[in-house]
Amino acid sequence: MNSISTIPDADAAEAPHFGAVRTAFQQYESQTRAAGEPDWLASLRRRQLTRFLAAGYPTRRDEDWRHTSLDAVVSMPFALASSAGPDGRIVQLLEGSAFSSVSGQRLVFVNGHLIPELSRAVRSSDGVYVAGFASAVQEKSEILRARLTADSEDGSDGSLGALNLAFAREGAVVIVPANTVLDEPIVLVFVSFPQTAGERTHVRNVIMTGPNSRATVIEHYIGLGTESAVTSSVTELHAGQGAVFEHLKLQDESNSVFHLATLRARLESSSKVSCHSFALGSRLSRQNVLATLAGEGIEAVFNGLYLGDADRLIDHYLSVDHAAAGCASHEFFNGVLDDKATGVFYGRIRVRQHAQKTDAKQTNKNLLLSDDAAVHTRPQLEIYADDVKCTHGATIGQLDPEGLFYLRSRGLPVATARRMLIHAFAGEIIERVWCGAARDVLNRLVWDRVERTRHVSASEQ
Amino acid sequence: MQPILEIDQLEAGVQGKQILKGISLKIYPGEMHAIMGPNGSGKSTLASILAGRDGYEIIRGRVLYQGRNLLELSPEDRAREGVFLAFQYPVEIPGVNSAYFLKAALNEVRKYRGMPELDAIEFLALVKEKIKLLDLDEELLKRPVNVGFSGGEKKRNEVLQMAVLEPRLAVLDETDSGLDIDALKIVANGVNCLRKPDNAQLVITHYQRLLDHIVPDKVHVLVDGRIVMSAGKELALELESKGYDWIVREAKRVN
Ligand SMILES: Nc1ncnc2c1ncn2[C@@H]1O[C@H](COP(=O)(O)OP(=O)(O)OP(=O)(O)O)[C@@H](O)[C@H]1O
Ligand SMILES: [Mg+2]
Repeated sequence: MNSISTIPDADAAEAPHFGAVRTAFQQYESQTRAAGEPDWLASLRRRQLTRFLAAGYPTRRDEDWRHTSLDAVVSMPFALASSAGPDGRIVQLLEGSAFSSVSGQRLVFVNGHLIPELSRAVRSSDGVYVAGFASAVQEKSEILRARLTADSEDGSDGSLGALNLAFAREGAVVIVPANTVLDEPIVLVFVSFPQTAGERTHVRNVIMTGPNSRATVIEHYIGLGTESAVTSSVTELHAGQGAVFEHLKLQDESNSVFHLATLRARLESSSKVSCHSFALGSRLSRQNVLATLAGEGIEAVFNGLYLGDADRLIDHYLSVDHAAAGCASHEFFNGVLDDKATGVFYGRIRVRQHAQKTDAKQTNKNLLLSDDAAVHTRPQLEIYADDVKCTHGATIGQLDPEGLFYLRSRGLPVATARRMLIHAFAGEIIERVWCGAARDVLNRLVWDRVERTRHVSASEQ
Repeated sequence: MQPILEIDQLEAGVQGKQILKGISLKIYPGEMHAIMGPNGSGKSTLASILAGRDGYEIIRGRVLYQGRNLLELSPEDRAREGVFLAFQYPVEIPGVNSAYFLKAALNEVRKYRGMPELDAIEFLALVKEKIKLLDLDEELLKRPVNVGFSGGEKKRNEVLQMAVLEPRLAVLDETDSGLDIDALKIVANGVNCLRKPDNAQLVITHYQRLLDHIVPDKVHVLVDGRIVMSAGKELALELESKGYDWIVREAKRVN
């Protein structure tokens, strides 16, 4: 055990709430040690905790967190969520959940614990590996060691990424061998069912798709109950050379949950990757998408839709790094905000000096359905190459009155006309999903949400 | 006989600026009237007020549609009651499929009129028949409403909607502008086919050539928010050769 790094002691200046974090870590560490977790991971977790304790939670003084306050997360108690087991309500929730009809492999996690009884994972002959993080660190120890060490040591996931790995109990590990084509999506369902206020769940997913493989992974976050809780989720994606990969995330957590997530993607040459973020739920959500286009000839799409009502805050933070020449990255994010909801979008595109012939496009369109809804949108282009095509555009507005009048002048009720326009706006994003089954599910789900939007049925003015 | 449309001393404006300065007009069942007049005289304003667009102040006067106060109805109720406006500038609606939109509109109108709603197959049969009348490409139905349609396609699409919805009062605002000679004939033919003894049409146009194909019962000339002259179809010919100046002068002399 002498190879395991040590955690510095707290000094007088350390924020008092870190005491609970340290205590939780000690307890958690004794559990993972008892479970026989490899030393490299124990050591890595300690380094991550140290990194978190040094940096603390992001605050609004950080430029990247200007509009999103984590005060509520900081002041909540820090307790690791325990498994709620395959309770009848959870079974019911799963049966009625968005992707329940999608066949194929499925892992179900409750409060960050893998529930095998509710999962459907098969060891298939094609060599595709789908397993929980805790077993994967044993079975695929060397691969994960390399992957997790490289990913976390670069620090781009910030202090929240460090905290995540320090405590990550479970998650999904998906490894698709080279030249393997998966016909059905792999569905990962994460249920939050907090039993007491402030429960924390830390999920770490690792997806590696081999050269010239084809696969789809869906992450679905849902919840039950009304206790406040924090879901921390980090997905590390590595798409191999020539791989075709689709990642779809649907965040539809309960109103009392704070959802803090990162998708970090490293794409190799000639890969074709689409990453979708549908953010419909939670009280506050932050989705980072940190992508590195590491080889030439990549086509990457980052596509997202956020719907906000009540006083939700939905924050998307994108950073796309063109580190190689001749790649295309297109970002499309649409937001619909009602009541007092707030949308935040930050989109950074960085084009390195040698990344000539880059084609980068970014749009962020926002529809405000009420006077109290707000949006903060900020593009940032950092272009160091000279032969590139980069565009960005952001809009914030109401439903087009001309369009509304046109529809009404043909006999459509004002509420239907509004729904049609909102759904069309959301539909632009849904249409980009390749997986047909998922697209149908999203169409219905979004339509259903739009139906419930208060200002849809409100009359004119 | 009760007129389908009766406009009485209508004065209206927008953003504090008076545009219509006292318009009176009666259109009876089976009639087609044409309104001509220089740019900016208020033709589209009148059409918009009839269809119920927001933002206009009615200063004076009234508009009766089949004896009812039209101005108190919402735009959708006007449509269901049988008022149709073919827009001078049809609106593009990205993401809303043309066939889906038209079917929803037709079924709203049918529901209101106590007729059974059409299912997808019945609707398609109906719309295919109408689309032939206008020589439009069926593929347009699969595209979002008016998005990427050529100018002429947009205008023909307006008439297609009119053919599907079968209004009692159709107001066509410069539906002939931007059409080539063949398309003009097709549109005129479409409009003629929709003429029935129990409905009425109000056609706004700048060109006599449309009126060669659809012969109006009356031609009104609108100048600066007033109808300064009303006469038979021969008035359109006279305007074509002499322009509006003489009428403006004449109107000034009379007033
Ligand atoms: N929203 C508005 N605000 C201010 N002025 C307006 C508005 N809408 C129309 N107007 C003005 O009202 C007048 C009449 O416009 P209208 O569109 O009715 O003319 P028109 O007779 O249809 O002209 P055209 O032949 O060019 O189509 C014009 O001077 C126009 O600028
Ligand atoms: Mg006009």
